[in-house]
Amino acid sequence: MSLKEIWVYAEQREGKIANATLELLGEGQILAEKSGYLLAAVLLAKNTKLMLQELYNYGAKKVYVIEDQKLEHYQNDYYSKVVADLILEKKPEIVLYGATTVGRSLAPTVAVMVYGGLTADCTELDFDTEKKLLLQTRPAFGGNIMATIVCPDHRPQMSTVRPNVFKKKKLGEAIKGEVVNIKADLSKVAERMKLVEVIKEDSKDIDLAEAQFIVSGGRGIGAPENFDKIRNLAHALGAAVGASRATVDAGWIEHFHQVGQTGKTVCPVVYLACGISGAIQHLAGMQSSDVIVAINKDAQAPIFDVADYGIVGDLHEIVPELTKQVNNRKK
Amino acid sequence: MNIIVCIKQVPDSDKVTIDRETNRLNRAGVPSIINPFDENAIEMALQLKDKHGGKVTVVSMGPPQAEQALREAISLGADEAVLISDRKFGGADTWATSYTISLAIQMLGEFDLVLFGKQAIDGDTAQVGPGVAHFLGLPIITYIKDLEKTSEGYKVNKVVEDGYEVWEVKGKAAFTVLKEANTLRVPSLKGKMKAKTAVINTWGVVELNPEEAKIGLSGSPTRVVKVFSPPVKSNREILEGETAKEKVELLLSRLKERKIL
Repeated sequence: MSLKEIWVYAEQREGKIANATLELLGEGQILAEKSGYLLAAVLLAKNTKLMLQELYNYGAKKVYVIEDQKLEHYQNDYYSKVVADLILEKKPEIVLYGATTVGRSLAPTVAVMVYGGLTADCTELDFDTEKKLLLQTRPAFGGNIMATIVCPDHRPQMSTVRPNVFKKKKLGEAIKGEVVNIKADLSKVAERMKLVEVIKEDSKDIDLAEAQFIVSGGRGIGAPENFDKIRNLAHALGAAVGASRATVDAGWIEHFHQVGQTGKTVCPVVYLACGISGAIQHLAGMQSSDVIVAINKDAQAPIFDVADYGIVGDLHEIVPELTKQVNNRKK
Repeated sequence: MNIIVCIKQVPDSDKVTIDRETNRLNRAGVPSIINPFDENAIEMALQLKDKHGGKVTVVSMGPPQAEQALREAISLGADEAVLISDRKFGGADTWATSYTISLAIQMLGEFDLVLFGKQAIDGDTAQVGPGVAHFLGLPIITYIKDLEKTSEGYKVNKVVEDGYEVWEVKGKAAFTVLKEANTLRVPSLKGKMKAKTAVINTWGVVELNPEEAKIGLSGSPTRVVKVFSPPVKSNREILEGETAKEKVELLLSRLKERKIL
């Protein structure tokens, strides 16, 4: 009998493997060790040659490769058909996807097609060696409750996993692996949707989801023009600019910057909350940051409950001072 | 245009507080609202109706009190509403929920478009939209920030990590809608009156006639085995100092100790 398998869906965009995929391979190595299963990746693209080696280097022992003209860009109908067919044929125990815009469209479609279990946006994975089950832990309702979810009877057990949570683990530069070429049969899939154009937004602002540092402003900054102080500090730190819902609702800054339940979920190395009181819906979006720094004049503000470091004081003094000292350090 | 909007009733997260003794949510007395992202899906449907004519039907699955969310949608301008509710649907995960909702939509007859919010703010899964779409055999595009009706179908902008993509979809389709898609309207007086008196049908197992093995907890592949509070940070520190300068110096030295700076 062949070894049971853990699959990582290898997400590629324009021929480049997504960071989230490499992180999943890192976590996949740990799960493979605990379970005794084989770690494999599934790669769909028009041309996969340049990407294979990277998948081996980051831990995939085997890569299922599906090359087709129609698979150049992510297209939900084509991709879900290919992945679901492959799952039904090869019967992996576990399939992991990055909780990216792609993963969060593909995985739920595939889950319905194969009647598999799917847990969204996991932040912790483990393996119960006794029951042979994947333990999938995720934050629910505002990040104040954690839930551990299993999939006892259906296969595969699938998760989308939040980016920036797990660590990549590169094994070397020329690691060997096995390639399994699979022919996709997309002839019967009607072309119902078509990608017409891709527009890159080369925003001068750093993307919140990818940022290592985030400086966020809340209602406590007092006026829309005071976002300049936040931006100055962000610039000094090489940070992205975040905002609370109150400031976005007030029209002080675009929704693009909103952190929280109805905005973005972020997990940077450092999250600096300036004049943010810490409503649950905001905490939901930033609570898993490595280090949280809160600056607020109200010592009772709930944001201090989640902050590693708190400064009680006037942000209009603290933020420019911090900007100055950070800039001085760089000299 | 016949447009169906799937909505969920959720607790208002702005009104939820945390009990610091138990580190649990205080949910008692917290008002329920329409999931904020679903409001944008409703608004998108209403704008399409304003422009092209037709009918907007809102569908929600939940306990009997979810009817309130449907009435709110009617007050905003939705024409009809259906509540999917039955004890036997209880405990459904996103798989079983998607299946059940798709049965209700099939019973609604002809439609052109099904809209969902990006995700619900209580579960945050974003899985039911794609799930329902697949059961209905519809193409789905997630995370759209706008939608234009074309002669063949729809043209949408889908937001992705580094920008957006323009997609064209032929025929009937499903989409999940982002917050930035539109600005919400407020209910009119006439709408509020209509919402009070509107008849809302409740469909359960008898009406939907599902395969019983695919509904509720028993139809759900996943099981919640443990619910717990996230560990509270133990090393919280308020940085003391006489001046802003001192406090900032202390912060930077702490970050340096942790090898962050």
